[in-house]
Amino acid sequence: MNMAGGIPLLLAYAAIICAVMSGAISLFAVRRHPGFLHTGSFLFLFIAGMADVVAGGWALLANLIVTDQLALGLPWLEWHLRLDPLSGFFLVLLGTLVTATSLYGPSYTREYTHGEAPQPLPPLGVFTATFVLGMQMLLLADDALVFMIFWEMMSLSGYFLVVYQHQHAGNRHAAFLYLLLAHVGALVILLAFGVLAAFGGGLTFAQMRAAPLSPLWATLAFAFAFLGFGTKAGMVPLHVWLPDAHPVAPSHISALMSGVMLKMGIYGIIRVSYDLIGEVRWEWGVAMLIVGTASALLGVLYALMQHDLKRLLAYHSIENIGIILMGLGMSMIFLGSGHPLLGTLGLVAALYHTLNHALFKGLLFLGAGAVLYRTHERDLEHMGGLIQRMPVTAFMFLVGSVAISALPPFNGFVSEWLTFQTALQAPALDNGVLRMIMPIAAALLALTGALAAACFVKAFGIAFLGRPRSRHVAHAREVPRGMLLGMGLLAVLCLVLGILPVPMIEAMAPITQLLVHSALPSATAQGWLWLTPVSPDVASYSAPFVMLALILVFGLGYLFLKRGAVPTRRCSPWDCGFGQLNHRMEYTSTAFTQPIRRIFGAVWKVEESVETSTVGVGPIRRVTGINHYLHVQDWSWLKVYLPIGSLVLEAARRIGFIQTGSIHTYLKYSFWTLIFLLWIVSI
Amino acid sequence: MNSLGIAWMLAAVQTLIFVAAAPLLAGWVKRLKCHMQNRAAPVVWQPYRDLAKLLQKDMVLAANASWLFRATPYIVFGATLLAAAAVPLIVVHLPTAAIADMIVLVGFFALARFFTALAALDIGTAFGGMGASREMTVAALAEPAMLLVVFTLSMTAGTTNLSAATEFVLQAGLVLRPSFLFSLFALAMVAVAESGRIPVDNPATHLELTMLHEAMILEYGGRHLALIEWASQVKLLIYTVLIVDLFFPWGIAREFTAGALALGIVAVTAKAMLLAVVLVTWETVLAKMRLFRVPQFLGFAFLLSLLGMLTSIVLETGG
Amino acid sequence: MELTSLGIYNQAIILFAALVLFTSFAMLAQTRIVQLIFTFAWQGLLLAVVTILVAMVSDHPHLYVSAALTLALKVVLIPWLLYRLSVRLNMNYEAEAIANPSLLLLGGAALVMFSYFIAVPVVHLSGLATRNTIAVSIAVELLGMLIMTTRKTAMAQVIGFMSMENGLFFAAVVSTYGMPLIVELGVAFDVMVASILFGVFFFHLRDSFDSLDVSHLNRLSETNDSLPLQEANGEERP
Repeated sequence: MNMAGGIPLLLAYAAIICAVMSGAISLFAVRRHPGFLHTGSFLFLFIAGMADVVAGGWALLANLIVTDQLALGLPWLEWHLRLDPLSGFFLVLLGTLVTATSLYGPSYTREYTHGEAPQPLPPLGVFTATFVLGMQMLLLADDALVFMIFWEMMSLSGYFLVVYQHQHAGNRHAAFLYLLLAHVGALVILLAFGVLAAFGGGLTFAQMRAAPLSPLWATLAFAFAFLGFGTKAGMVPLHVWLPDAHPVAPSHISALMSGVMLKMGIYGIIRVSYDLIGEVRWEWGVAMLIVGTASALLGVLYALMQHDLKRLLAYHSIENIGIILMGLGMSMIFLGSGHPLLGTLGLVAALYHTLNHALFKGLLFLGAGAVLYRTHERDLEHMGGLIQRMPVTAFMFLVGSVAISALPPFNGFVSEWLTFQTALQAPALDNGVLRMIMPIAAALLALTGALAAACFVKAFGIAFLGRPRSRHVAHAREVPRGMLLGMGLLAVLCLVLGILPVPMIEAMAPITQLLVHSALPSATAQGWLWLTPVSPDVASYSAPFVMLALILVFGLGYLFLKRGAVPTRRCSPWDCGFGQLNHRMEYTSTAFTQPIRRIFGAVWKVEESVETSTVGVGPIRRVTGINHYLHVQDWSWLKVYLPIGSLVLEAARRIGFIQTGSIHTYLKYSFWTLIFLLWIVSI
Repeated sequence: MNSLGIAWMLAAVQTLIFVAAAPLLAGWVKRLKCHMQNRAAPVVWQPYRDLAKLLQKDMVLAANASWLFRATPYIVFGATLLAAAAVPLIVVHLPTAAIADMIVLVGFFALARFFTALAALDIGTAFGGMGASREMTVAALAEPAMLLVVFTLSMTAGTTNLSAATEFVLQAGLVLRPSFLFSLFALAMVAVAESGRIPVDNPATHLELTMLHEAMILEYGGRHLALIEWASQVKLLIYTVLIVDLFFPWGIAREFTAGALALGIVAVTAKAMLLAVVLVTWETVLAKMRLFRVPQFLGFAFLLSLLGMLTSIVLETGG
Repeated sequence: MELTSLGIYNQAIILFAALVLFTSFAMLAQTRIVQLIFTFAWQGLLLAVVTILVAMVSDHPHLYVSAALTLALKVVLIPWLLYRLSVRLNMNYEAEAIANPSLLLLGGAALVMFSYFIAVPVVHLSGLATRNTIAVSIAVELLGMLIMTTRKTAMAQVIGFMSMENGLFFAAVVSTYGMPLIVELGVAFDVMVASILFGVFFFHLRDSFDSLDVSHLNRLSETNDSLPLQEANGEERP
């Protein structure tokens, strides 16, 4: 072990041990000391998270590459581990979210012990620990065996976490779908590693890096990696498991899954294509750009139609993964066309958005969990007015909403701005068609961003503003302090990453140096105040100024307008003279998105009907009720998955004839197989 | 230090002039409209009187208005003020132009719109919901066209910084660019949609079925309404100056001498007045469209901007 | 070559080429018959202006004759014939419904990108200042064909056909400084005769099917036994 860089690796090991301890506590300290279990397991997770942040941050900032070999695993293949800036970056991401979740978790999981439908807590603790452990180890993996073992550990733990509340059939179906697609993805990833290992002569990443790959095999390896890791990341059309699985998991687990697990897919794509394969080709970038744009647009359009808050957030994860893939695609196009600086810009934009998405998506899921904790309600159509009842949660959720809608001065805006700036450099390319495709992709990204803002106006507005639409929401209280602390941590980070982008980009320079051997000197050349990705004449943005100006306006407004004024009166809102406004007259979530549903109607399968129930006949007929029924379905489910499913079932039916049920037939099978094998061996 | 100090002072003065002159443009537009429709017109500085009246009025808030409702006018005004600081009105090469480029400008407007829509949903009336829903839809449809215009301009000028783009157009002289022609019309259509003018929205109506922007701010009164009205006037001036700067920038000051600045003020005033005439003619000739015709209008704007981008690549760059 | 290095006349040629492309798009989405005819006339006018500009820049005076021919035929005679036809057939107030105008326009944009893609090798060969407009001329032609394939009324299809010829003429002007005059005269006469024949054809179509919707021609197929439209008056058809 390299002692100079030894401390970060030791810290990473300490984090791993803490995760194991957290799981062990959940498993063993069951009946005697339930409080100890609770707090203890989350305490160890907290320490693990902090250790991960420090270890990853150290490796990133100090530009370290530390390798190690553990005498575990197979006799001829030890476990190779490696901590380099890329792993460090993702460890920081993982650690931050684990820390926030461990602050949030103790209060949230009380619902499972003291709530209406009690669940045993140990499985949750154990599988959370193995989930985190899986992710930590796969980031440190330096050979395919370790990687796949812990990838599977992450997926399986995810399954048990999704199916935690297994009493509902819907949860079991969602978990099954998740497991199915996770395994298909893992199989394809294995194929990718297989191609690389075959040419490299071994399973270690070092051997794969040195493997000489012809363009065809490199493209094949990339395609397998893209499909396999993309399934985990949730790109269209391999996304169907996401909107079902993320909502049914416990909310702090949804935050971890959406915030970190999806990013493991992105980590895999970056590791395999930029690091292991090495030479990226621009054609891969085009494919990635197209898939990313489609994911972004379809993700946000499907999210708009949801009125289950957590399902809406899950679809937004698909959208943001699409944006990250767009950044990576543009980076590959530039790198493959011989523009390393611009490729670096795209990579930086994609990595920045990865971190940002983890932060604000984690925050949003924790907020949704807080609402769920107090109101037991996930449906937007039953919420409302929570800004009065749960003011701090509402503020946190607002911060998350503003961040995800890519509005200044928060962090989502910076990464989208960098993505746009990457696309704007398209004129540097020679290929005219590519020069046309990139602006169109950027225009679709703009459409996506605006639709995402509309979706979060809807989500925040219907859930927190207005009047309560049901009784238990009207009596909600604020959540405990631990949950607020967890959300607050992420909210503060969202603001900090938005105001100080330049130090962040400087911090990411080691990653780009490692992967593409180039950095962005011009981005940070003007100091911490100005972000100038290409050059000051081309584009610049100063987030601290924006923040300062907003604070100034508030301050001046308070000084001049509010202080000397007459105190405001309160009265009832404008009701056109009809009087008696109640919550039924407010806009609902479905109503809010009706114009969009009409304009973009071809994107969804919409079944909408209005049923009027009447009483009486003829001139004395009276309407007693009007029911509006709306069902919006995902086309990919109907056009892609159901046909594949029925094809598989049909094929199984056809082959089923070999299962006759008769012992004689089975004995005959064994007999003929034996004869055949003996004959083969003797040749 | 000295020239940098002067630059920052000029920037602050320019922003103040921007914000102070916006109601004048609104008054001039109203006056032209009345004349064109054969009505008696108010004086040009009537909007100042309206703003002063609103600032002094007592405030009445709905019973269930939250802190978000009270904070939104300041956020909206702040975001619009920042946008105004970034657009060169009289002189280019000011340091505030480096705070934001054209994409950040769009981001500022998006921030203002986000909070206005939230404030509309805050009170819990159907008006607010309707206004918010429609406004966010129209804005979403206008974004691709706006971005493609920015793209087309930046592909030719090589920058998204407004100051640098204006400088580029000034230096290039008279060049007939079809991409700029298409982008001009696309930007004009997007500007009409974003500032809520006919045919997308009627700024003078308060009928529930025809409101977009007005429906969102229906519950506001007193100094809050003053700030929001002022912000929408500044927004109209921003779009006007944007069109002037990018397509007809001749006359804008390039040095910090008194003569150049005076010429800059005169030039931008004359051009803004001319554009107001065009806007008023357009508004008088067209009628407001129903909401589900707006996607076609904005789709046409997107087509124009797409054509601008395509002709820029096909026709204007080296073969 | 940079746009700024070309002279003002060449820049004007490029500008008008872009406007010709725009009229093609306008015809693609235009539903009203009379406006369609006027847009076609505008396209002809813009083409004549381009031809005159090319004649002024290069040293080919026969292009002035071409421009005059285009003006006479494509701007005055054929639109007037078509307008008279539409008045006599009582179609001048009609508008047809296009299924998906946004999709159609986006398809047109994709066609422009495709035309650029196939024109790139050709453009490299040419040495003219206006060589970038070759892609635009191919696009105008393809857009004319798109108009023919996606519209239902016969009048729109005729306009699409004429617009294809516009594209051909434009391609000839910008890539080889025009076709030989004999060829031009021949093509011009063919186009005029075609428009007269179309007029006769319209009357026959209307007499047989009582409408100018060309999908009615489906029933002439021997294997197609489904009627495209329900008969409004319930009259029996064989």
